[in-house]
Amino acid sequence: MSYRYKIEITDVTLRDGMHAVRHQFSVEDAKAIASALDKTGVAKIEASHGDGLGGSSIQYGFSKESEEDYVGAVCQTVQRSQVVALLLPGIGTLEDLKRAVDLGIRGVRVATHSTEADISAEHMEEARKMGLDVVGFLMMSHMTETERLVEEAKKMASYGAHCVYIVDSAGAMLMDEVRKKVSALREALPDDVQVGFHAHNNLGVAVANSIAAVEEGAYRIDASLAGLGAGAGNTPLEVFVAACEKYGIETGVDLYAAMDAAEDVVRPRMARPVLTDRTALTLGYAGVYSSFLLHSERAAKQFGVDVRDILVELGKRRVVGGQEDMIVDVAYEIAHGREANADGPVSFVHRG
Amino acid sequence: MKKLSAAIVGSGNIGTDLLIKLKRSPWIEPRFMIGIDPESDGLRRAREMGLETSADGLKAVLEQGVRPDIVFDATSAKAHVRHAKLLREAGIQAVDLTPAARGPYVIAAVNLEEHLDSPNVNMVTCGGQATVPMVYAVSRVVGVRYAEIVATIASKSAGPGTRANIDEFTQTTARALEAIGGAKRGKAIIILNPAEPPILMRDTIYCLMEDASSATKAKVLESIEQMVRHVQTFVPGYRLNREPIFQGDLVSISIEVEGLGDYLPVYAGNLDIMTAAAVKFGEEYARHRMQVASAEEAR
Repeated sequence: MSYRYKIEITDVTLRDGMHAVRHQFSVEDAKAIASALDKTGVAKIEASHGDGLGGSSIQYGFSKESEEDYVGAVCQTVQRSQVVALLLPGIGTLEDLKRAVDLGIRGVRVATHSTEADISAEHMEEARKMGLDVVGFLMMSHMTETERLVEEAKKMASYGAHCVYIVDSAGAMLMDEVRKKVSALREALPDDVQVGFHAHNNLGVAVANSIAAVEEGAYRIDASLAGLGAGAGNTPLEVFVAACEKYGIETGVDLYAAMDAAEDVVRPRMARPVLTDRTALTLGYAGVYSSFLLHSERAAKQFGVDVRDILVELGKRRVVGGQEDMIVDVAYEIAHGREANADGPVSFVHRG
Repeated sequence: MKKLSAAIVGSGNIGTDLLIKLKRSPWIEPRFMIGIDPESDGLRRAREMGLETSADGLKAVLEQGVRPDIVFDATSAKAHVRHAKLLREAGIQAVDLTPAARGPYVIAAVNLEEHLDSPNVNMVTCGGQATVPMVYAVSRVVGVRYAEIVATIASKSAGPGTRANIDEFTQTTARALEAIGGAKRGKAIIILNPAEPPILMRDTIYCLMEDASSATKAKVLESIEQMVRHVQTFVPGYRLNREPIFQGDLVSISIEVEGLGDYLPVYAGNLDIMTAAAVKFGEEYARHRMQVASAEEAR
């Protein structure tokens, strides 16, 4: 059959998928998954802590393996695909990036909140000088108006990004919004700067959103085996590839190899099934960062409150990616009630 | 008593907030404001307040023979590397508010008097001024094998200097958690939040303690409370969001900093704690310098 579109897929199982296993993939897991992915023909494989290079922390959870061992193992295993890493300025640094380049990564995706592109300038410019493939990642794009997203994407392009992504970190976007935001970027960016889209399945539309993005000119799409990722997971690679085949989108990925990798390699390694349960669904509904899922469940248990109450409150406060510490504070407030403010020496009133 | 004369280099958010605070100081008189943009709001305000201003940068001003007693540098880490050299050659006391860290770290609540004889001191970062005292409050009771802080500030309070210095911020803060906070290993994270209305600066401080007996925990709690009261003596808007939470050997402390609203509104507690710390050091230095001078006179 003849294809109507040609795209490139970046697999995020070994990065976003880390959120779903509390960053506990071992070197052996990494090698097995990387090897299976390499056979699918996927263009790029992202590997790092879920919160990017330098993400191993109390705030986000410590990784099982050191970055050197984990990223190094993936780089050594992969032969066909390009290995890339995520970097969030404010968490990871240029030094972390240089170490990852020494381990063998060939691209970096520099992520900021969707209104804060200018904190990525130094990292992108340096990455470009190092000869890396450079991607700008506008997180929580659902919170930001299209015009502003365009401005921020242009900034990233000016720092040297080869591609700028609309990132639906909260899985809160529906197809119309994806179309509007992706097409606006496509129109505004120079022709030699690609547009990408990263979905989460919290509202059950990751595949549909990704296809809508392709129709509006997105060239790079993120997916993960069996959807392994934060919240209700990402766009499942094997499902997306099958849908693309039927739709006339050329992905370069071998469908059966992707199915086998998802079924035989990733599913047995899941700490829990990736599904749209009430917590994951609330993330999408309230517009909250998908990585908050397991942290919120833990806090809900610790303080004896409903996890949905925590998430809805976090959504109201317009908390952004990386603010996992707010989960405990909000759970604490809900558990202790606002009246604690009146008689204690400690103020619980939030003004944000 | 004659006040020390001061110059502020950098007419952005931090420099301008500092200017307003120094205007109130009984020890220091801000006389010069030096920027690079003649149209900047900071330079305009300085002119209105009667300061001599220049938009030609520090080098040009020093070449004209201007010699203040003390220079506060609120530019960027990269610029301060140049400025540090110029000031050293001119024999002028430098207080560095960038994360360049050419001189020893000063955390106002912890080691204010330690480096009064150092010609260049570094005020670490706003996150450092807010969180190192908490780590120190824990480590003076019990060994801290790892300290991690997460500083969240309102996007509006982060000017271009701060934004260009994100790596320096995390690295300098982490080192100060170790060197001044007393943690064996430190890590710092910074997050910008664009919510409207802007959020107050908030910081979470995690410490992994070498002993978590209930006697130790009680002492840690008391030490934290004492430290909060101490910081409040010069940053009145510094407070705990909630009680510290203990989990195994981990203690998690959550604070927020409400600013005085001198330049930017009260949400910019990060400006406030940084500039208040710099003023505090400047005044301590002024006192010290006068003591030294009178001791020499007496001799």
